[in-house]
Amino acid sequence: MMTGGTPRWAIGGALVLALGMSGCAGASSAGGDPGSGGKVTVGIKFDQPGLGLKNGDSFEGFDVEVARYVAKELGYTDVEFRETPSAQRETMLQSDQVKMIFATYSITDDRKKKVSFAGPYFIAGQDLLVSASASGITGPESLNGKKLCSVVGSTSAKKIKDTIANEVQLQEYDTYSKCVEALASGSIDAVTTDNVILAGFAAQPQYAGKLKVVGKPFSTERYGVGIKQGDTKLCTAINDALAKMVSDGSWQKALDDTVGTSGFTPDAATNPPKADACA
Amino acid sequence: MDGLATLLREYDVLAAFWMTVQLTAWGAVGALVVGTVVAVARVSPVGVLQRFGAWFVTLVRNTPLTLIVALCSLGIANTLKVQLAPADSPTFIVDNGFRWGVVALAVYHAAFVAEAIRSGINTVPAGQAEAARSIGLGFAATLRHVVLPQAFRGAIAPLGNTLIALTKNTTVVATVGVAEAAYLMRNMIEFNPSLLYAIFALLATGFVVLTLPMGLLFTWLSNRLGVHR
Amino acid sequence: MSAASVLFDAPGPRARARHRVIAAAGVLALLGLLAFVVVRLADPANNQLTAEKWLPFLTPTAWTAYLLPGLGGTLLAAALSVLLSIVFGLLLGVGRLAPQRWLRWACGAFVEFFRSVPVLMMMLFAYYAGLFALRISGPLLPLFGVVVGLTVYNSCVLAELVRSGVNGLPAGQRESGLAIGLTPFQTLTEILLPQAITAMLPSMLSQLVVILKDSALGSMIAYLELLRSGTNLAVAFANLIPTLIVLAVIYIVLNSLLTRLAAAVEQRLRRGPRAIVTQSVTAGFVPGPAAEPDVPETIMPRPDDRPGRRREPRRPRG
Repeated sequence: MMTGGTPRWAIGGALVLALGMSGCAGASSAGGDPGSGGKVTVGIKFDQPGLGLKNGDSFEGFDVEVARYVAKELGYTDVEFRETPSAQRETMLQSDQVKMIFATYSITDDRKKKVSFAGPYFIAGQDLLVSASASGITGPESLNGKKLCSVVGSTSAKKIKDTIANEVQLQEYDTYSKCVEALASGSIDAVTTDNVILAGFAAQPQYAGKLKVVGKPFSTERYGVGIKQGDTKLCTAINDALAKMVSDGSWQKALDDTVGTSGFTPDAATNPPKADACA
Repeated sequence: MDGLATLLREYDVLAAFWMTVQLTAWGAVGALVVGTVVAVARVSPVGVLQRFGAWFVTLVRNTPLTLIVALCSLGIANTLKVQLAPADSPTFIVDNGFRWGVVALAVYHAAFVAEAIRSGINTVPAGQAEAARSIGLGFAATLRHVVLPQAFRGAIAPLGNTLIALTKNTTVVATVGVAEAAYLMRNMIEFNPSLLYAIFALLATGFVVLTLPMGLLFTWLSNRLGVHR
Repeated sequence: MSAASVLFDAPGPRARARHRVIAAAGVLALLGLLAFVVVRLADPANNQLTAEKWLPFLTPTAWTAYLLPGLGGTLLAAALSVLLSIVFGLLLGVGRLAPQRWLRWACGAFVEFFRSVPVLMMMLFAYYAGLFALRISGPLLPLFGVVVGLTVYNSCVLAELVRSGVNGLPAGQRESGLAIGLTPFQTLTEILLPQAITAMLPSMLSQLVVILKDSALGSMIAYLELLRSGTNLAVAFANLIPTLIVLAVIYIVLNSLLTRLAAAVEQRLRRGPRAIVTQSVTAGFVPGPAAEPDVPETIMPRPDDRPGRRREPRRPRG
């Protein structure tokens, strides 16, 4: 009975593998060339309110709005959103799982070794999120002796501890949502990351009136559109679309409708930004 | 190779793995204690305790460790405000995070230890317990002096598997900010994504160095200490 | 409790009274703990028991948009990995028992090495190998990474179980197989493996639970599974702690079902015509099934099925 069963399992496994492989050959790519119509797959975050959030069956946020606008300008009729975890953003572009990434993706030199960027479409700065009733924290200098939260593998919190407030205690979680939950329960005093991400949480209806962004950004993060390395044609097309989005007022409207509802206004000196030249 | 040198220069790899070792050691001690208590409860004469033991194993063994760690940190420590370090200490977050991490690891692996000990108890012939009772030993004395010593020796192999699993599972507590090997890996990936392969090779080597000798040691121990009947 | 236990005498009136006191204390302690948790959760400072935080789970969207797709992903990855792990686990296990020394060594080295590497690393390796070496593209890549990562690790664990199961069989089994003229390979596949697998089934089946839980690591390589989609739900509804509790319940139910299913399969196999190792000797101290409402009795190895034990039967076999 057992020996009779083994080959059956083996056959079943082989079949499944074969099916998988045939499915692989037929797998569609993330989207055709711009202007050819059809569907495009775009990578976003699913867990950043105000920027990229999966809300039921729909998606909402500033990143989502920019992605939709750009996709439409590029001639795509349909946009499919996929979640791109931070650590896999580069590989998901390289493996054609997504055509473009709009996911609070800061342009850095190290990342440019693997992918190219269009944009930037937004300039964020590191800031603090605190409880609305807290008056003691006015900026990173006032954090000594306080508890500060950020995500594992980000510079933001360490920079504060090393250079501004040496006596701050750092709590790190794998997601911002855990930091915000800890802030809401009073276990920590502040959350730090890019101001626009913090504003997104403060704008969530469940936290309305309970959390606020301090509003003194102290760094510069340039959010770009991640694309496959060397795709200059796509990069130029995206930059044109972004320029049009700013000039026809859609950029400002998208911002006001999403993160703006918490009263957040971005640094007007740098926003809306001019796109870099496509290399 | 350049990449590997850069990583070793820029990051304190040894400190991260030392944290892994500490988590493993404390977690293992905790898991052994809790697991033994649960195993004893499951074979005890009190029906309620047997049931509690069975519930514990079912609940804990069937929940992913990530969830248990998150519930310990966010649920019990933050929301229920059960803290394991003095709240006014300047290193409160680090201490509290580490201690809750150890508790989560200990509780999760205790379920596996309990099952290992139970199968160890199964390797002891009935005659041993019968003999113990016939010379007047009660339940506690029978377990302590006769059954458990033999059971542990019979359970060495599954206990060894659990210890290896525990070592590797310490990576999960990085999700609540304990600065061990997987935490280091996330930092490295964030700042040097172009060195991805070197990062993985480094981390995998670290774990092989830690766990391979453990596996060999336990194989040797189970051969040497196992009760040959 | 039951007469089956040899660890303690049948309790007399005083012992029964003492047991009742211990039981009552235990129940009280548990109730006290539950009350503490509920009161703290309901505390206005926490407000975790509000309708706002729990009602989302009663809406269809929570299930159709988040939990069910995640569950589908988890089950798909787990099912594929279970099948492949069993196949490769058997092959590796047989390889470790092969008469050819080089094959034994190769399989042994493979098993020992890959058992030591964390599953997450293996998944990441598989993902990058799939991307750069095999040129897999599109949404199939994360599935490939998850399934290969889980399979490599778990087939090593299963291979060890197969090996120790065969080693634990009485030497007479192999000798009599050879004596009736079977080749060593036939002896292995026709006589030893069926018995060894039946004996090791309990441990193998609990490994399947591990596979299902470990599929949650797939979120690191963008595989859609239950834990990740649940966390996304928690952000959308801002109810992290209730979501963690609901997720834990789903995993517990899922894994209990899997354990039960596995136990049923095991029962069938034990009753099969080849399952000659099934002895009815109950020498162990396992309390009767009544004491283990959740884990069927057969999950525990029978005392005489253990690996690496006596070569000679101690008592007449039933």
